[in-house]
Amino acid sequence: MRTLKTKSIRIFLALLGVFVLPGLAAAQQTQQVETHIGKWTGHADTGKQLYFRYCWGCHGFRGDGTGENAPYLNILPRNFVAATFKCRSTPTGTLPIDQDLYNTIERGIVNSAMPSWITLTGQNRADLIAFIKTFSPRWLTEKPGEPLHVPAEPKLTVDSIKRGQALFQKLECWKCHGQEGRGDGPSASTLTDNNDQPIRPFNFAVGSRFKCGTTNEDLYKIFNTGVDGTPMPSFADVVKPDEAWDLVHYLRTLQVTHKSPELTMWESTKEGAALVAAAKPHGTPTGSGVR
Amino acid sequence: MSERAPGIVTKHLSWLLSGLLLSFILFALVLADSRPASALPFPAAQVRPLPAFARKYGMPCSACHLGWPMLSPFGQAFKDNGYQMGNDRDAPIYQDPGYWPVTFRITPIWHRDSTNRVAVDDPANPGGSLEARITTTGFDWTGLDFHAAGTLAKNISFYVLPSSDNTGAFHFESVWGRLDNLFGSSWFNVKMGKFELDNLLSEKRILTLSSVSGTYANYHFQPLVTPGSATNPLIAESYTFGIGDNQVGVEVMGHSKDDRTRYSASLLSSNDGSPGLPTSRAYDGFFTASQAFEIGSLGLQRVGGFAYLGEAPTFYQYSQGGVGVPGTGIGNKSFYRLGLIGQWYLRKVDITTMFFHGWDSAFLGSNTAANQPLPTGAQSPTWNGGLFETHFTPSPQLVLINRYELIRMSRQVFASNPSNFGDMDVLTVGYRYYPFISSRAGFAFHNEFAIQRQRGAAPITGLDLTTSSLLVGFDFDF
Repeated sequence: MRTLKTKSIRIFLALLGVFVLPGLAAAQQTQQVETHIGKWTGHADTGKQLYFRYCWGCHGFRGDGTGENAPYLNILPRNFVAATFKCRSTPTGTLPIDQDLYNTIERGIVNSAMPSWITLTGQNRADLIAFIKTFSPRWLTEKPGEPLHVPAEPKLTVDSIKRGQALFQKLECWKCHGQEGRGDGPSASTLTDNNDQPIRPFNFAVGSRFKCGTTNEDLYKIFNTGVDGTPMPSFADVVKPDEAWDLVHYLRTLQVTHKSPELTMWESTKEGAALVAAAKPHGTPTGSGVR
Repeated sequence: MSERAPGIVTKHLSWLLSGLLLSFILFALVLADSRPASALPFPAAQVRPLPAFARKYGMPCSACHLGWPMLSPFGQAFKDNGYQMGNDRDAPIYQDPGYWPVTFRITPIWHRDSTNRVAVDDPANPGGSLEARITTTGFDWTGLDFHAAGTLAKNISFYVLPSSDNTGAFHFESVWGRLDNLFGSSWFNVKMGKFELDNLLSEKRILTLSSVSGTYANYHFQPLVTPGSATNPLIAESYTFGIGDNQVGVEVMGHSKDDRTRYSASLLSSNDGSPGLPTSRAYDGFFTASQAFEIGSLGLQRVGGFAYLGEAPTFYQYSQGGVGVPGTGIGNKSFYRLGLIGQWYLRKVDITTMFFHGWDSAFLGSNTAANQPLPTGAQSPTWNGGLFETHFTPSPQLVLINRYELIRMSRQVFASNPSNFGDMDVLTVGYRYYPFISSRAGFAFHNEFAIQRQRGAAPITGLDLTTSSLLVGFDFDF
């Protein structure tokens, strides 16, 4: 009888080991952080489970960007402990608002290993953000910056594009991005990010998306907020809103492989047509998607 | 190093001991059963986890798989997008030249399979037969799969799967190329070759491996024609079709950016995926559509339906030596399969429900050539089926599996057959434990028990046929 009882206990313990221990191991206490994004309220404890399903391989167990795959990535994963985020609507040096992080998860970051997680539910993304915010004490001591006000976009004109072209020269954007926006300016080879990794300036000549969005408004925000953690500074203090829109219109014309109203208008001018024709890539397709 | 060693040992011991203990329990239960043993076939592995993708993108397998090989919604979107993340770095030109998109998978196993009524020689009556229980048990392994898949260029993807049985005899399980996001739209993708049908409930990503439960009963069910008896053997339908089988053809598929809405339409050769056009020149069609939606914090829910409209030849135009000449099958008769599927997520529990309906022409049902009159009383068999499968995933490392399938005949091939003749029930329980999750390789400690009962399917007595399978395995890929 005692033997049977002992066996029963052993069987129970074995089942306990298989079915319960893994769950307990994953159920460590998580700092109770909530996020509020639209109709979603994110919970860090739920976000933790999602993080350790989807994110830890790159961003690491501690959120410090040292996941097992980080050494193989040419753009290192975000370090959530440092809480320095590239894509924000808030001024440079400040924390992003939750919606900024939500948008980044949804959109991904083009030309990097960060894919779009648009397939996750809104609740999942809100939960993930709540957990990501537990990695850095900055979220306890600082508040996100005030989101940038983006004025209505003025009408697109050739003059606006030309004014933007002049600003591109005046602000010396070409030093990094190159005269044709190919990311091959004279300073390009010297640039490093805050991980001391070499970083190439954005190449406007290929693709249609920017690191932090796809719309003109996104582009407006990028150079007004800067891309923290990279050499791309904020121009909010030196560019007035109208000038910023001029620059947006000109930068769009550098995307010579992506049809846009700006490119069409620019190509309708003699000067623009010549510049665009010279900037368009030629050669045998490599399968990269660049035509 | 000396400070870390105890922690590592303890950590590894916990899962190792847990796994071994449960294995021993299962072994003990099996060894307690002293029924006689013999051999039963065991299917080759039929699943598609691809560490090649994990290595390419540096993601843990848990990102794309709820528990590999079953896809998560993120993994389904990745697949639907032509194995592309969509961050403009999918083309091979961006990969390390040493990257080779190949994965192999095989599963050493111990299994015990038992069938209660199998026709065997009657030693007391030379030339006669009787029924006996056949049980086989022992160590074994599955077939070997070599998955090669990925992108040839941006928006051109491929998949080639040479697959062997456990003797090493290879065949091509999948061979296809796909043009993705045609005209810049995710709504238009074209695939051609041999591929798995766009089943929401993917048989190729099934979580169970045993001879009973390695496939979905509903996907392969075909009505029995007449019960067995002492004077006549059990007769089954002679044409071969399974909606879970990979088929040969062309598929147009589309989805919304977030993969919430999906559709597909396929035109297929009517030969159940066999190479060389061995039967007829007819074509089949397969159509699916589904819509996903969010319910609060529960997760993503999806409902959808599918329809397979097919034909099968009933005789050959030409024969040689009494054997039909391949490709000359004529006298095509139709069949169809319809289904509704729901995938319900309740946080860590996901439930799949399916209603299935099948219909066969009376010619196919009674194995009658179309140029011959139907046997007296022959009619088109119809049946309904259901599936209820639950997974509990307390962590990415553990999936508990439960499945119940049932099939009920609503019209027999012959009205004289018992009304429940051929009805089937299949129950499966099991779990998969993944001791590690990485982007390099996969390993699962797999335990499963499945039992199936089919009414009146015993070959001689016409009694119920019951088959069970118990399996313990190390399922791995690299």
